[in-house]
Amino acid sequence: MILEKNDWKSSISEIVKDLTPGAFLSILFLILVILVGLFAPWLAPFDQAEILTNESFEPPSDLLWLGSDFLGRDLLSRLINGVRVTLFLALLITFLSFIMGVGLGFLAAAFGGRIDSIISRVNDALLSFPALMLALIVINSLGSSFTVLVFTIAFIDMTRVFRVSRALAVNIMVMDYVEAAVVRGEGKTWIILQEVLPNSLTPLAAEFGIRFTYAILFISALSFLGLGVQPPQSDLGVLVKENMQALLYGEYTNIYPALTIAAIAISMNVFVDWLLKRSSAKLSEEI
Amino acid sequence: MSVFAMIGRRLLIGLLTLLFVSVLVFAGTEILPGDVAYAVLGQAATPESLELVRNRLGLNEPVHVRYFVWLFNFVRGDFGASLATFGGSLAGQDIGTELLNRGWNTMLLAGSTALIAVPLSIFLGLTAAIKPGGLIDRILTSTSLALISFPDFLVAVLLVTVFAIKLRWLPAIASIRPSYDFFDWVRILVLPVAGLTFTILAHMLRMTRSAVIDVLSSPAIEMAILKGVPRRRLLIKHALPNAIGPIVNVIALNLAYLISGVVVIETMFNYNGLGRYMVEAVTNRDIPVVQACAMIFCSVYVIVNLISDVIAILSNPRVRYPK
Repeated sequence: MILEKNDWKSSISEIVKDLTPGAFLSILFLILVILVGLFAPWLAPFDQAEILTNESFEPPSDLLWLGSDFLGRDLLSRLINGVRVTLFLALLITFLSFIMGVGLGFLAAAFGGRIDSIISRVNDALLSFPALMLALIVINSLGSSFTVLVFTIAFIDMTRVFRVSRALAVNIMVMDYVEAAVVRGEGKTWIILQEVLPNSLTPLAAEFGIRFTYAILFISALSFLGLGVQPPQSDLGVLVKENMQALLYGEYTNIYPALTIAAIAISMNVFVDWLLKRSSAKLSEEI
Repeated sequence: MSVFAMIGRRLLIGLLTLLFVSVLVFAGTEILPGDVAYAVLGQAATPESLELVRNRLGLNEPVHVRYFVWLFNFVRGDFGASLATFGGSLAGQDIGTELLNRGWNTMLLAGSTALIAVPLSIFLGLTAAIKPGGLIDRILTSTSLALISFPDFLVAVLLVTVFAIKLRWLPAIASIRPSYDFFDWVRILVLPVAGLTFTILAHMLRMTRSAVIDVLSSPAIEMAILKGVPRRRLLIKHALPNAIGPIVNVIALNLAYLISGVVVIETMFNYNGLGRYMVEAVTNRDIPVVQACAMIFCSVYVIVNLISDVIAILSNPRVRYPK
């Protein structure tokens, strides 16, 4: 591992210097969204479950900034809460898939041989399954709860994370410094933690962003189908689904949550793009 | 290895994958708490009626026997009976005709999407790849980056808002009537196909672009540039043949997006296809329907990937002319 003697101040100023306008806006928006998610209960002007008016799909007004939803609840409050639920689930899913996927990927790369080929074959077989089909089959059997959703999507994501992290680790394992460590008599654990992990952090961070976006889109799609988050709980996908009727009244009630999903995903993708260009690392285009 | 041996090997792997998929589909639908008999009877479950349904559905057989019976029937084209229509008579409706009917509708939707999206995205991907970093490339890559961030339903929701609600040009719901002629079909299919096209176009464009850029940066192409081969000839004669393998792969991979897209779009437009059938079945826990739909979608996916790999093998000159 190459040690760079950079104090954090100069590295931060270097990052700021590299920022493109797009990346800057994206990071700003992502920070804002995360803050909204964290402080949702205090930010929401109304109780998200409270029925405030008898009118469905009221247009935006001074009181209800984004209007009312199909039951006459405040859409803004529900949107803020939806952001919180969506972000929470997506983060949990991505963390879980990384712990499993990176762990297995590094393990396969470090040990190689039969262990590697067995894990890789099983993974390839799982990848031959369209992701949505796997999710629908599990949800059909176990019903849809937060636990089922999180574990199912994390499992699906894990297969992708495994492939990326294994490929990264395989490339690092043949480096001279790893060979030196092996000759020195360092164990596998030491090599994984001290050599492989630090040297794959940037591409893994980028992959984390991609997986996070994917998790958001996947849960939203499931919720939109009515098979994801179940009412009375609601994420952004549920908000789009339950307010579909608004379109017929010429209101944009369900377009706000749909655009929120897109905005989060776009910012994340722009950020990841910038991160990859900056480190000149390369990840596959395929999700 | 000769071409035939390679293709044979790939076919064998494909067959094994299909078998694995079938095991996973069967196991996945078997892990539900209780058993199918409970799911069918619900509140009406008494020990006697449970026993009756179990016997009727063959649930008293061991798991592996049931798996092979199921698989054998599936291969023969016998998909079993729907549990949702499992009334007092204990004779559910056969789902074969329903599958055929809806499968055809889905084929129509997915097929017309592929017919538009595949050539368009390859054309756009090539255009972007000709001058990486140029204006056209920058516009295409940033637009497609935004598009791949859209949830599957967003483009469709926006299209419906503009063309069905505001302008009233096209129907918002794609329900099918038997009396429909060709133009009625086109009318109801325009919005779903457009929505689906957008969801896969961006992915395909980006993958095509990076595949072509990869090929363009290969030593062979560098050599051709140095020899002074004109740009157009370079792209069509030198780059494209080498890019066929990767591009075909890209198309096959995008079928995965098309499958999940089909499910979402059909549900959104109330289109009477396999995707919506499966979502309804999952909602009602109609297990035979879920199994059949999952098997059909997964098999299509596996088979298309198989075909694309075979094309990649055939289009690779190094394989075609072994030393």
